[in-house]
Amino acid sequence: METILFIVLAATAVVSAALAISLRRALSCALALGVSFVAVSGLFALLHAPFVAVIQILVYAGAILVLVVFVIMLLNLPAGDPRLERVTRLRAALSAAVVAPIVPLVLVAVPAAARGASAEAPPEGFGGIGAVARSLFTDYLYPFEIVSLLLLVAMVAAVVLAKRRI
Amino acid sequence: MGTLAVAAAVGAPLYLAVAGALFSIGVLGFLLRKNLIVVFMSVEIMLNAVNLALLTVARFYVRTVDAHVLVFLVMALAAAETAVGLSIVIAVFRLKRSVSANDLTTMNG
Repeated sequence: METILFIVLAATAVVSAALAISLRRALSCALALGVSFVAVSGLFALLHAPFVAVIQILVYAGAILVLVVFVIMLLNLPAGDPRLERVTRLRAALSAAVVAPIVPLVLVAVPAAARGASAEAPPEGFGGIGAVARSLFTDYLYPFEIVSLLLLVAMVAAVVLAKRRI
Repeated sequence: MGTLAVAAAVGAPLYLAVAGALFSIGVLGFLLRKNLIVVFMSVEIMLNAVNLALLTVARFYVRTVDAHVLVFLVMALAAAETAVGLSIVIAVFRLKRSVSANDLTTMNG
């Protein structure tokens, strides 16, 4: 059962991510990206991370995607000029050269990763909201506070940048 | 946990392979696309791939929830980055009437 779920979710995540970077219209890209986010959230749930899976839906599929769609609607871009996204052979070759090292990494390192992995299920409550909250508010209290400060700074910066006149 | 207590049959390598594939897709989109909004989406795909790898390591190797906290912080960072980045896109659009990276040549010299 979990194998079927994994295959479906992984295929959905990868295919819709590929669609998100290859479709012509920005709005289609955003919607494909939303499907990818939801599928990745399902993978998180399979990895015994229910809290992070819910946060993934809330933050990515909720906040970030809505923001992206809102900006696309706001700018109301004209239909894409086909010349705009033309990929020259040089750029395609250079991009392939950048990505190429990942392939041997996956082929060599990933099978080797099977050795240290423990297959049995983690303890009860692993990745639940209680365990994550305990860690977040004790060991990682300072990073948590710094992130809240960062969100405030980002909020102010977004208003300042997007406003015509302050 | 009940229904969520699954995924013992599918091992760490497969999850890491999916993370690698997602990250490669993100890099390709970042390098090949000219639309600034799509470039931002590619960055989000890469962040998602890294989160997936982190949670895989937490589930199969480290077996603590430290990585979950890290993923939580990465998501907060991603939200902040998106807010600022999209405001920059709006500012660029106001200046150039375009969101194409082709039109941002001021720093070319």
